[in-house]
Amino acid sequence: MDMRTPLAKVRGLGSAKSGTEHFWRVRTTAVVLVPLILFYIVFLISHAGAPYEVVVASLANPFVCVITALTIVATIVHMQLGMEEIIQDYIHSEGLKVALLLLNAFFSLFIGGLCLFAALKIAFAG
Amino acid sequence: MTNVTNGRPLSPHLQIYKFEPTMAMSIIHRITGGALYFGTILVAAWLVAAASGKETFDWVNGIYGSIIGQIVLFGYTWAMIHHLLGGLRHIAWDLGYGFEKHFANKLARLSFISSITLTILVWIAIFIVR
Repeated sequence: MDMRTPLAKVRGLGSAKSGTEHFWRVRTTAVVLVPLILFYIVFLISHAGAPYEVVVASLANPFVCVITALTIVATIVHMQLGMEEIIQDYIHSEGLKVALLLLNAFFSLFIGGLCLFAALKIAFAG
Repeated sequence: MTNVTNGRPLSPHLQIYKFEPTMAMSIIHRITGGALYFGTILVAAWLVAAASGKETFDWVNGIYGSIIGQIVLFGYTWAMIHHLLGGLRHIAWDLGYGFEKHFANKLARLSFISSITLTILVWIAIFIVR
């Protein structure tokens, strides 16, 4: 016998009420990050040992700045979701779990905010 | 709610199964993910330094360019490349490919070796460029 209502079945969201949202956002950000990180690996190799003026001029390039900003945004979403999974897997006490999930959100946003501000400041103010 | 599993059978866990390369890769994927998570502090410090001015930038670059700094960055590079290759494997699995046991183990070994090879190649390129 199935105790689930027709509405619950058609929504397909399961007991956590969020369906495959977590899984899907991890994968979409992962796919997006592949070309972005490859770009950055090449960028960092080509700027190895480069002086301040050269590095800042490259980071201020509009194309590079947009790539930087996109990498930051995709990264903080991906890292927050990934750490969320680790916390939920290993931390079983409810209070500590909630505290760490909050800390995870704060840390990811804080890092993202810092990096975005720095990237934009370099592009707009030098 | 304590001891809910008391007397009830537990599902088999890590120590029950024979150790396979795919298991090792799964564990390393999670560890590298965690390392990259905290490694974002290094990226943020570098970007903020670049935004702060020449003096701060040179100071941070000096730390990153030291022996210890370069060892950490080498590890960071490997974690990034390993996590990236592991991620590509996961995408293939998500699309329904690569589940055959021997192939999955071969691919696990291959991506581990590739991650080290690619990391060394990246660093050879870094030393050539600078």
